[in-house]
Amino acid sequence: MVGQHIMGMELPKEESHEMEDADISDLELVYHVREALTAVQSGDSDNYNQLVAVMHLKGRLNLDERALLETSLKALSGAVSHIDMVYHESLLASIFGMSMWNYDPDVMDALKGLIISLAAANGKYVDSCLTMLVGNFTPPFYILDKLTQPHVIERKHQVLSRVHGALNNIADLVPLAPMRLLPIVVQRMPTVRNNQERLKMIVIYAENMLKLESGAIGELVRSTMLMAMVDRLIDLDVEIGWDDILHDDFSKGIFEMELEDVEEDEARDDAEQDGGELPSGSLSRKSLSGNLIAELLDSLMVLTFEHLESCEGAGRLTEVFEILLQSFQITILNAYKSKFAQFVMFYACALDPENCGLKFATMLADIFVSGVYPPLTRMSAVSYLASFLSRAKFLSPSFIVNLLKRLVDWCLEYCKIQGGDINPKAHRVFYSGCQAIMYVLCFRMRSIMDIPRLKCQLLLMPLETILRHELNPLKVCLPSVVTEFLRQSKAARLFTVSKAFIFNDLLESDLSRAFGGLERLDMFFPFDPCLLKKCDSFIRPNFLYWSMVRTTYHDDEEDSSEEDIEDEQGDHVMDDGIARSVDEQDLDLGEFDYALNKMSITPKNSLNCRIEGQLQQPMKMPSRIRPSTSPESL
Amino acid sequence: MEGLKVSDADLVVYLPPSKSNKVSQAILRELSSLLFKFNEIFEGIVLAYDVNILEKNGKILSGIHPYFGVRLKAKLLLFSPKPNMLLEGKVVKLTQESIHAIVLGFSSATIVDEDIREEFKHKTRHGEEVFVSRSHKRHVIKVGTMIQFLVKSFDEEILHISGSLIPAHTGSIRWLDKKSEDVLLIDRSRRKRREGEGEMEVEDNEKIGGAVSSLGNDHQVKKSKKHRFAEDH
Repeated sequence: MVGQHIMGMELPKEESHEMEDADISDLELVYHVREALTAVQSGDSDNYNQLVAVMHLKGRLNLDERALLETSLKALSGAVSHIDMVYHESLLASIFGMSMWNYDPDVMDALKGLIISLAAANGKYVDSCLTMLVGNFTPPFYILDKLTQPHVIERKHQVLSRVHGALNNIADLVPLAPMRLLPIVVQRMPTVRNNQERLKMIVIYAENMLKLESGAIGELVRSTMLMAMVDRLIDLDVEIGWDDILHDDFSKGIFEMELEDVEEDEARDDAEQDGGELPSGSLSRKSLSGNLIAELLDSLMVLTFEHLESCEGAGRLTEVFEILLQSFQITILNAYKSKFAQFVMFYACALDPENCGLKFATMLADIFVSGVYPPLTRMSAVSYLASFLSRAKFLSPSFIVNLLKRLVDWCLEYCKIQGGDINPKAHRVFYSGCQAIMYVLCFRMRSIMDIPRLKCQLLLMPLETILRHELNPLKVCLPSVVTEFLRQSKAARLFTVSKAFIFNDLLESDLSRAFGGLERLDMFFPFDPCLLKKCDSFIRPNFLYWSMVRTTYHDDEEDSSEEDIEDEQGDHVMDDGIARSVDEQDLDLGEFDYALNKMSITPKNSLNCRIEGQLQQPMKMPSRIRPSTSPESL
Repeated sequence: MEGLKVSDADLVVYLPPSKSNKVSQAILRELSSLLFKFNEIFEGIVLAYDVNILEKNGKILSGIHPYFGVRLKAKLLLFSPKPNMLLEGKVVKLTQESIHAIVLGFSSATIVDEDIREEFKHKTRHGEEVFVSRSHKRHVIKVGTMIQFLVKSFDEEILHISGSLIPAHTGSIRWLDKKSEDVLLIDRSRRKRREGEGEMEVEDNEKIGGAVSSLGNDHQVKKSKKHRFAEDH
């Protein structure tokens, strides 16, 4: 037996190890290994082959085998200068093929030491060592499904702390190593396949990437890691089509979730956080259930949120946010109607509204008003801005007024130089700006009006000039937004010459579709309620739902939002047009309205014509437009 | 320290049309991409640059890609270690089998035990591993020591140096300095006289003088490197 033979070779050393001074015996071992290595070049590879065999010890190792492996690894660390790339190829291959996950901590330590020595000994091994360590980010397949067991969690901690320790050590010894590490980490990121195990790998891998970012070499790898992370989020995001969201039982799912919310918002959150993979009755389960990618995205988003929290705690959210901002501009902003990834920005802003929130909003406004970006980017930016200003609970009214002012100023300027008839396509940037202003005011008019100073500022804005301009934005923007806006502004007496405003019969959905173009940017509200279950529990406390909005046409005394909505929509709904949709006879219509608008401000009479218009949009409409709402379809 | 030199380079940088309104930024970016990589044309690693744009007009390439070429004169600080050069580095790891040092803050160097002269003995002092000279008890190498060593070989891809402590004028710089200062005190007048004659002579004290002045240099280089790094990232 080979094993016996090896024992025969090594055992005497083991004994001497115990009897003599440790240093000496270690050195003897080193010399023994060196001899074995050099002997290969002269044709004698017996000892060498035994050494290679030791590296291949697998499975449950007994005490002797473990000790043998550990000592051999340690001895090799002392003999790295004698390892030759050509003669000892098999040895190197077996070392680089080892997974720390298979061994006990003492062997892990020895392996870590060997890898560090190899990386430092010769430039040629640096890449292989880094690749080997990155390979250890993820466990072998047989461990994957046991990841929740306590001893595996412990093992994971043991491995990862060593892997990252080794990476840091190598960076200390070889200062250029982080530069070589970056492409390795990015390239070796597991790809998405519809396979549960594979998805777990991606989550662990992402965890490691964020760990690198916050580690000792963080400064050097930060931007690459974060950008790669955001890229991955957006990749997954686009994998989930809008069709998936508009799945059959969608309205049912939403409805149930929202009902729960009303009563036990907190309880639900808690339950969901502890409740393992699939708590019942939640939105994601029904609309995105079985969608592995949505689950993966959810996990990665939560991972990112937690990471942002830790950055905030460590006081380095600002630097991290700078990179996120860049990354947002490069990828998310231009991704076609990104659905989830943008909540990373939302959450970062929620953690530090004064700083991050300001930067984010300013950047979006800059893109919108600057002439150098293509129209679609500018429209997308203003959609993000409008949605952000409306939905972010943590923004102060004065902040919102300041940004509105910028939008209004730009629109006014545009009105001055442009003329002519309604032309949804040519003036689409302008129309999107107008719609953004109105949308924000739908959510915020009341809170602005409540503060005299801000009310003054708002009244001084030349909104009327813009909205009554011959380009006629009121006719072009989304009817639901326009109607709600006019309603609130009438109640708030926003316009002095209100008689001149006749808004009935102004609504023409065709025009609004036209300015949105095929991309339908006219109805892109990026920060509509987050549909990912775990994610949502982070976003929820910072989020302004339509049901929480106090409109200008309601009395102060009625503080109950239920009452408000009963007034308006005749039902008990809390949120975002969900219940209205349930109440109306035509469930499917309401559902689309929800998914696309998510703002329950559409008057009933305009609903049908608008939806019909939408039905002609091939991109938006899933083939099954009459979803079943019966629970059996689950 | 040897291996550092300043070279004048005539360069033409080709830029895409999209960069035409921010030419100098684009040029700096282009030059920064040279940093910390071995460049065969310059036969060295570019550590720093100082650029001078020669002409206001660029030459537009004919063809499908209308890139335009901008002529530059650049002073490049190059690091090109060659075998048998004397380099300086800071020890970052020390074991019985090897000494690992970092040169100029970015290049790693390894000296294996066969390349450490017999004079040095490995010891563990107060839990810290050190190499101590058998003949001069004060001559100690440990983590943090600046050492002078001879280049055996240089890996251009990962910028890894394999070094040696065999020659007598290698070891801890501080100790070598001190030794030379002692010599200096005794022998100042003789040294002054000889200074004009030639730096080619490898005399202990000459060598050390050189080392000291380049140590200052070394510091500057590191600083500028950090600066560049900040710019790049």
